[in-house]
Amino acid sequence: MQAGAKLGFILLISPLVLWLGLLIVIPHVDMFLVSIRERIGVGQYQTSFANYMAFFGEPLYIITFIRTAMMSILATVITLLIGFPVAFYIAKIAKGRLQSALFLLCLVPFWVSELVRTFGWMILLRETGLISKFLQWSGLADQPVEMLYNDVAIMIGLVYTSMLFMVVPLITTMESLDDSVIEAGYDLGGNGASVLREIIIPHAMPGIVSGSIVVFMLSLGNYLTPTMLGGKDSLWFTELIYSQFIVRFNWELGAAFGFMLLFLSSVIVWGTLKLTGQTLKSTMG
Amino acid sequence: MIPSIHQPRPIRIAYRAYVVLFFLYLALPLAVVSVFAFNDSQFPSLPWEGFTWAWFFGSERPMIGVFHERPILRALGNSGFIAVFVSLLSVVVGTTNAFLFNRYDFRLKGLFYVLMLLPLVIPGIVLGISILVFSSTVANAVWDSANVEIEALRPGITLVILGQFSFITTIVTLVIAARLQKFDRTLEEAALNLGADRLTAVRTVTIPYLAPALIGGFVVAFLMSFENFNTTLMLVGSDAPLTIAMFDRLKEGSTPLLNAVSLLLMIGSSLLALVMILFQRKS
Amino acid sequence: MSTADLECVDLTKQFGNFTAVDDVSFTVPAGSFFSILGPSGCGKTTIMRMIAGFLEPTSGDILIRGRSVLDVAPNKRPVNMVFQHLALFPMMNIEGNIGYGLRRRGLAKPEIARKVDEALERIGLPGIGKRKVDELSGGQKQRVAIARCMVMEPEVLLLDEPLGALDLKLREHMKIELKTLQAAFDTTFIYITHDQSEALVMSDQIAVMNEGRFEQVGTGRELYYRPETAFVAGFVGEANRWRGRVTRAEAGELQLATEAGLTFAGTDHGRGLAVGDQAEIFVRPEAIRIAHAEGDVAHLENRMTGRVTSLLFNGAASRAMLRPETGGDEIEVTLPQSGEFADLGRDDTVHIGWEGAQANAFSAGGS
Repeated sequence: MQAGAKLGFILLISPLVLWLGLLIVIPHVDMFLVSIRERIGVGQYQTSFANYMAFFGEPLYIITFIRTAMMSILATVITLLIGFPVAFYIAKIAKGRLQSALFLLCLVPFWVSELVRTFGWMILLRETGLISKFLQWSGLADQPVEMLYNDVAIMIGLVYTSMLFMVVPLITTMESLDDSVIEAGYDLGGNGASVLREIIIPHAMPGIVSGSIVVFMLSLGNYLTPTMLGGKDSLWFTELIYSQFIVRFNWELGAAFGFMLLFLSSVIVWGTLKLTGQTLKSTMG
Repeated sequence: MIPSIHQPRPIRIAYRAYVVLFFLYLALPLAVVSVFAFNDSQFPSLPWEGFTWAWFFGSERPMIGVFHERPILRALGNSGFIAVFVSLLSVVVGTTNAFLFNRYDFRLKGLFYVLMLLPLVIPGIVLGISILVFSSTVANAVWDSANVEIEALRPGITLVILGQFSFITTIVTLVIAARLQKFDRTLEEAALNLGADRLTAVRTVTIPYLAPALIGGFVVAFLMSFENFNTTLMLVGSDAPLTIAMFDRLKEGSTPLLNAVSLLLMIGSSLLALVMILFQRKS
Repeated sequence: MSTADLECVDLTKQFGNFTAVDDVSFTVPAGSFFSILGPSGCGKTTIMRMIAGFLEPTSGDILIRGRSVLDVAPNKRPVNMVFQHLALFPMMNIEGNIGYGLRRRGLAKPEIARKVDEALERIGLPGIGKRKVDELSGGQKQRVAIARCMVMEPEVLLLDEPLGALDLKLREHMKIELKTLQAAFDTTFIYITHDQSEALVMSDQIAVMNEGRFEQVGTGRELYYRPETAFVAGFVGEANRWRGRVTRAEAGELQLATEAGLTFAGTDHGRGLAVGDQAEIFVRPEAIRIAHAEGDVAHLENRMTGRVTSLLFNGAASRAMLRPETGGDEIEVTLPQSGEFADLGRDDTVHIGWEGAQANAFSAGGS
């Protein structure tokens, strides 16, 4: 039995080690190695931080980097603010069939490719689009209005695309809050605001944190929405990575950009976890 | 607040209106995409030129429908092929992972668990380029030492599968582990007590119990693979899957053909999700 | 006499076509321990939630210290509630839980801290303020839940089956403790339960509830010895029961014939049963005398000879099941504690008897 257990353990851990080793850990190490080499001739390289210097030496890169981070944080906050009341409604107010129906309705849009969703917003927002036509028809505008290719359009797209990943963890955590705990809050003299502040939000914290982390990650790493809704000058950091890799074929600089993005996301995720006293395991696992 | 806490009527109505608005916001882009799939025009926008099925079944220029548009059909085939592979792989590895973390205590278990979660917090595009860089390193090394070109390590379907598998496995592992966590291990002991050996006990008792999660994991993996964009974008070769093919078209300008494809995708994924829900309700 | 702490007048609650609480009126004197006892689904939780303000009555009124509270929101009512599963706030420590209501009142921090410490002292758990909720045992949580309400100095404390989740041993202990706490805080307790022993041990007054109505309100003693309805007779305490027909009625003294053909003497305690009425007859197992010799029960009006079919040993509450020679259902008899029947065995034949006054007859409706 002892030997059997050992064999079983080896059989079970091998796929895990292969997966994490070959597809996650080693590729990132390799990418780091590529990012710290500098091409000095045809097929000749030396180790240096030239690529990172290039990043810090070019204001456009830094501006894009900071802008991407700020926009992603803003998108996360907006998604949370819009999604929280809806999640509360589904988790605590809707009952029975209505509850499951609303929950499913929340999920449906996200089984559809992000491309389709973005396409939908393009049809709505562009100059010849539905909203522009509606504004002209209703007399609110006297000529076609271009609503694509600006930051608001990017924000609408990001919030829309990420909504599910905020609402579902919120619903899950808030469903586990017993009604009687909320009633006890009122019974002891609390009102809506204090019950929300002292009972509902602290209880929903793991959901808020995990939802926020996922939404932030998805926004930061998004390529499709900024390109399609923000246009060519949307200044999104993933576009820089894409163009270094695919258009300019400068993998060294691209890898350095990739690492900056990874660094940024890790710092913000780690900071959020520390700030709220959660762990990756408690929020994601 | 909750129903037992009485709220003034205007507040309740405002709250309900907000929820309705929210769902309108969710539905609007999808509804618009669907409706314009039937517009008898070259552009998916107003004015409405009349109803047509041509964007589905048309076979003559300029209105070639989805079912006669070879590149789109080929891309759909590629997507299906990739999705099936990714789902199978990630369900298998997800199952072994779930058993490993549920049944064994080993050194560095905590570290492995966090590593396992990591793909969720790595931007998809970074996952893509890291795999691209590493596979090229390996392919170049093989070429330099043995003069053999390994086609699979260059951008193409194999890399797309590996790239999607690298993070979808985490999600499938979580789905399966959640159900395994709820499994009552005395059931397995009862099977052993009744004469089954350990493997038979797992096969006849535990795996059937896990079936809804295995199927759920498969469907989730399938849908995630089908709609993945970021990781795929960095690893794609000449055999583009559907999302990439549509993206390329969209950059050139859109026709209602794309609406028709989108509508079919929506119907397909809704059906798949429905099947999964029905299956899980039954068990 | 001062005004009652709580008064419910013609209280009714309907959910659609279903009447959960049907025209219930009662008054709870200040400082007393009042229980509502009934099977699950009888409407007792509905009454409690109406008093707390989480449900609106369909009709009727609720008065606390003489003032109607129907228009008062739950967070403003001078009542507090100990929830069935306690509903302690898991996101706060013990201090945070007990101080919650005081913070809502806007008390100064030092005063809250002082009151919380006092309350912890009072429930015998000083110094646990910084602990987390899930670090406490079931009994400790119970006491914290009560303290959390008592710092609010409510006029009425509602308790919704708070002992239900505890194991038997702890439940027995908490019964005594709750009674002591009630005396210590000198507050009116409204306690709802389906467990008769909880109600009987702790309460000054008990209302027995069934299908939305109060069957009887009285002390435990009254409910036990003078049940006014067949439901109370069957629900409170154990009883052997027969169905039969009244064959003679003279000044409350009845003669009854059961469906199995037995003849009993019984009494209706003034409920006015007449000859020909269908009746239900209840006899408590401890009201039945058991004897080895027939002569020992000869002075009792109802007598029987039976064979022991099984013995249910349960310490002081040990019982024997007898099958009467004359036929009919098995009869449950409490064995005396004198040790006289310690060697009673299965298939032994014994003689039993009881006074007619101990056989309580209720109209079973119809004839």
